[in-house]
Parts: sequence; structure tokens; C-alpha cells
Amino acid sequence: MGFTIIEKIVRNNTGKEVHPGDIVTVNVDRVMIHDIFIPFVASKFEEMGFTKIWDADKAVLIYDHLVPASQVDDTRHFRIGNEFVEKYGMKNIHRSDGICHQLMTEAGYVKPGDVVFGTDSHTTTYGCVGAFSSGIGYTEMASILGTGTLWIRVPETIRVNITGKLPENVMAKDIILKLIGDLGADGATYKALEFAGDTVENMTVASRMSMSNMAIEAGAKCALFTPDEKTAEYCGITLTDKELDLAGDADAKYCKVINYRAEDFVPVMACPSNVDNVKPVSELAGKEIDQVFIGSCTNGRLEDLMAAAEILKGKHVAPFVKLIVTPASRKIYKEAAANGTMAVLAEAGAIITHPSCGLCCGRTGGILTDGETVIATNNRNFLGRMGTSKVNIYLASPKSAAACAIAGKIVNP
Amino acid sequence: MDKFTGKIWVLGDDIDTDIIIPTEYLALKTVQDMAPYAFSPLRPELAGQLNAGDIIVAGKNFGCGSSREQAPEIIKALGIKCVIAKSFARIFFRNAINNGLLLIENEKLRDVVSEGDEITITINESIEHQGNQYPITSLPQNLVDIINAGGLVKAMQKLNNVENG
Repeated sequence: MGFTIIEKIVRNNTGKEVHPGDIVTVNVDRVMIHDIFIPFVASKFEEMGFTKIWDADKAVLIYDHLVPASQVDDTRHFRIGNEFVEKYGMKNIHRSDGICHQLMTEAGYVKPGDVVFGTDSHTTTYGCVGAFSSGIGYTEMASILGTGTLWIRVPETIRVNITGKLPENVMAKDIILKLIGDLGADGATYKALEFAGDTVENMTVASRMSMSNMAIEAGAKCALFTPDEKTAEYCGITLTDKELDLAGDADAKYCKVINYRAEDFVPVMACPSNVDNVKPVSELAGKEIDQVFIGSCTNGRLEDLMAAAEILKGKHVAPFVKLIVTPASRKIYKEAAANGTMAVLAEAGAIITHPSCGLCCGRTGGILTDGETVIATNNRNFLGRMGTSKVNIYLASPKSAAACAIAGKIVNP
Repeated sequence: MDKFTGKIWVLGDDIDTDIIIPTEYLALKTVQDMAPYAFSPLRPELAGQLNAGDIIVAGKNFGCGSSREQAPEIIKALGIKCVIAKSFARIFFRNAINNGLLLIENEKLRDVVSEGDEITITINESIEHQGNQYPITSLPQNLVDIINAGGLVKAMQKLNNVENG
């Protein structure tokens, strides 16, 4: 009997063969804490009686949700974070470099086969490089900081095979939205997603990242891609035999296998107010919009901004539409400025913001009000996510979002 | 707590966190204030009938829905010793263990028991119901330690020899 990717990662980590349902204690390779929860992590850590972090270099603190501060109390989080870093000798802190999930892979904190936890549900993102990563609460984070370990239940795996060539106007975002629509918001609860097939093999790491990022919206514990030469290049490493082996075996046991033909995908949107309420863009065409948001840890990468710029080049957003563009990191911001993408977006009328969580978490940069409609490339369209509970949020790919910005209504890209 | 006997209450599939504690009561100050409203959308009288040491036996996907940590806290506050279900939702499972509430997964038991029956649980070994034994997938000792300590914060305090935990 063969093994799935998650079974191999956990086996390599614990040194023993594991099967779905087993509860095991894993050795944590890296943790990520963001600004929202650092005060709680810090107080729980000390309440538990810890006086030192198990391995301070393995902990990463990232300020992103509250950067720059929009409420008078926000800076308290930075002060507590700074004190915690100082007191416990942490070196890995990012105060304005970008969104946590982008930085964790971009800055080289995560490698294939790693076991990583973060105080954010979208920690599933690092599956894009073949790492097992998942979100946890702040109490558990405090315990990991003290012990370097966490118990997990080995999940069953849903295998998703995608083969063929995607249509020009379809992006990885459309694939993951379609999958979430098909699985339902709880369709992958407690399970690992494992992606395979030549379509995903041909994808950039950035595209894979968009998909692993959103796995939690189907309830998944993690979403894994097999590390390949693209992963190696992205991570700046040479893959070891152990890392190359992180593929599902032909005789591995899956609880479900889903097969898609890439040619069958069409641009889709997740309609208000559930991520699994997914419809083809063609069915939604004509709906008037007020704002477009291109950014977030789901779709704020260079290829996303370039895809939007390609559509916006030489054109202008509709006069009543605010197009907000938020690169996922400072590095991406600089690259997009250097290759002319930012100029195209600015010419087209975009409002370009600093890299942060910003509008995606409803804190800053374009909050909406009753009756307004936004086409957004982030990962959640829950009630009240970007303003009042009567804002209509449609989740879409950067190409779809850019096309809508020009038209002032929903259109197929 | 290696072995104990309790009276069971039987619930169905997909007992979500909104059933365990509806959102409207989450603003109450303490878990004790919320506890009388536990399971109220489904069985409003249930919270008042539960006694310390009782056991809940449920179907699949127990605790699905939101991440509200009050859900396992309330079940524990009502004196429930353990929840046995065909399966648990992921976040609830972790929250329960970290709050010191014992959970046991068992596919078969739910379909053979009746409310009011007594069952005996031997930790890491088996559930006994009317002479029949149902094996329990063993929990690692560190999880049993967390539950026995009364939750993750207390378990860590014990690890660190904190006196006032």
C-alpha cells in the first residue's frame, strides 16, 4: 500500500509510518504569528509558565493586518510584538514587508516537507511548495513556542487531478473556486487536498499558491502540491530525494478522487455571501459594480498584477469604479514598479496601496457600505467582510476583476 | 479517569456549534451564563437535564460550523465527561482537547445505543455497552495528559511547574 503526500510528510517528520486517523505529535519546523494575535499569544505563553522559545529562529512575527494602523489602539499590537521579540530573542520579524502568507514562502521560511503552523486560517497556503501547513488558535501557538511540538490527526486525502490546457481567460483562481463550489464549504473538512496532473505541473508556484491559500474555504486542513523544479527555483534550493518523493503513490489510498479537464473550466465567481456559491461569470454578466479589489495573499502576486495590467493596458477603469490594487509584498511592489506593471495600472486609474491585508480583512483601503458591490480577488466573501453586512462581494480572478473594472459591470474577461 | 461509567444522551448528525450554543448567547459574560442555552435550537430542555458525569453519543461531523471555543467549554461546564461521535469537525476537535473535554470517535456505537443507557469507558482501550466491547483508537499520552490537566494552558503550567495554575 502506497502513501499520500501528507502521510509521507508526517512519516518523515515523526519517523514512523502513519495512517489517516492516527493522532501523532509532530516536530514543528516553523511558526508564523501575525499582529492581530500576538498580544494573546504573548499572554498565554507567559501564563503557561514558559520563559524561553524552544527555537527562537523558527518563529516568525509579521505585522500585516494592522499595517499601517487605522485605529488608535492598533499600535498596541506592535508595541507588545516588539517587546516579545526583544524579550525572547526572536530575529524574524517583518513590520511592513507584506502579507504573512506571501512572506513565509517568499522570504524562504518554508521548504518542501516542512511542518508549519500559523495563527491564521489561510496558513494552508504553504502547501504550494509541498509543506504541511495549517491554521491554529493562539493557545496552541503559545504551547508550540514553548515546546516545539503539536499534536495532529493524520488526515485522509482528496486527490484532485487536472489535465490539459486551461482556456486563456481562466486562472488558477477559477479552478479553486470551482473546486470549492463542487466540494461545498465543508467538503474537505479534516482532509488534505492533493493536486496533481499536467495542468498543475505546468503552473507557476504563484498560481499553486492561490489554490492552496483557499483550501480552507472547503474546510481542508492542508492543500499539497508535489515539489518540482519550479518549487526548487522558487525556494532557492536543490531538492533532495526525500523532497522529490513527496508525490502521491500510484497505490496510495484516497477518500475521494476528482478529475477535471482543464479545457472545461470557465471564469467563475463566488457570489454573496458564501465562498461555495460559485457561478460562471457568463451567468452574472451585466451586474453593476462600485469597486474592484486586486490583491491579498490569494491574488496579489506579480503574475496577478501583470495579468490585470495586460487587460487594463491602454484603457481606463469606468468613471464610477474605484480600482484598488494591493501587492502582496514589498518585493512584488518593487518588481511590478520595475517592469512597468505599476505604471500601466496607474495610467488605467488604479489606486495602488502599500502591501498589507488591508481591504481583505475589512480594516483599511476601500471599505464599502450598504448596497455596494465589489469584485475582489481575495478569499472570503462572508457577510461584513469588507464593510457593512449589506455589501455584495463577488470573488474572482485578477483577469475577471480587471475586465469588470473597465466595464463597470460584471463581464467575462 | 482511566475508567468511568456514565449515562448517555443521544444526538444525531451534524450537531453544529450554533446548536451547541446559538450566536445570540455568545455575548453573555461567562460560559456558566451561556450553559443553560446549550443545544436549545434542537432540544431546549436538554441543558437542564444533563448531570455531571453524563456522556453524549452523536452521529457524524459533531461540532461543525464556527470556531467558537465556547462550544466545547460549555459542554464541559455542563459536566459532560466525554463526547462520543462518528466524527468530529476539525476545529471543534482541537478546541475540545485544548479545553480538557474528552472526545472519542466511534462509528458503530451511535447506531446501537438508546438514550439513558449506561456505558463504561476505559481510556485508550474500549467502550463497553451491554456486554459488548467497542475498541477505542488509542489517544497519545500527551493528549490524555492535556485532558486530565484540564486543558492546554493548565497542561503547560504543569509541564513548567507553575504553582498557581
